Amino acid sequence: MTVQVKMFAAAKDEIGQTVVAIELPEGATVAQLRQALIDRFPSLGPLLQRAMFAVDRCYADEAARLGPDDEIACIPPVSGG
Amino acid sequence: MVELTRDPIDTGELLTRVASYQAGAVVLFLGTTRQFTGSRRTESLDYECYEEMAVDKLNELEGEARRRWPIVHCVMVHRLGHLQLGEASIAIAVSSPHRQAAFESANWLIDTVKQVVPIWKKENWADGTSQWVHPGAAETPPKPADGHVP
Repeated sequence: MTVQVKMFAAAKDEIGQTVVAIELPEGATVAQLRQALIDRFPSLGPLLQRAMFAVDRCYADEAARLGPDDEIACIPPVSGG
Repeated sequence: MVELTRDPIDTGELLTRVASYQAGAVVLFLGTTRQFTGSRRTESLDYECYEEMAVDKLNELEGEARRRWPIVHCVMVHRLGHLQLGEASIAIAVSSPHRQAAFESANWLIDTVKQVVPIWKKENWADGTSQWVHPGAAETPPKPADGHVP
């Protein structure tokens, strides 16, 4: 399946895209998505290791399974406030 | 009540919004743009946001604060886009019957906003480089502000 991942901040700037399409096996987990992004963008490895992922606007843990229609975002360490 | 804005924050208007005859205390917290971080001088800041989720999280935090403390009114406003020195990036105004709840809840809210809300700050340093702030991550190398990587 193809998932669309929203990118922000340094990750977005490094890749040059606000959304990235990633090919994953059906029922892939957040952990697998993280690894797929690292494989695709190795220079972002350290940042991606520290990123959280959100599914449908809620933080998701590593074992959460993803679907092709999910709203997925890569959330690098935040610095608001 | 929570809000994202690209306009300067109107603190007088926020204080009016949280005023109440039920409140004996009003606390207003402003996060402002500081010039120095260690020895590095800031020229300006830029804030980016995952807006839909940020609004959800801010509402969630207000709800949690209202569960923990007797709050009358609560308003949180986060500014996005380009900020100059001294401008406020966030305002949190809380009113409560007694002051302990106002101080404690405002303190908890800013601490928690800084941990969980999907908003990011970019430092535009005086030396012409820019750098996204990602606490705890290996430092992303600063780039010239025009985006050109030498």
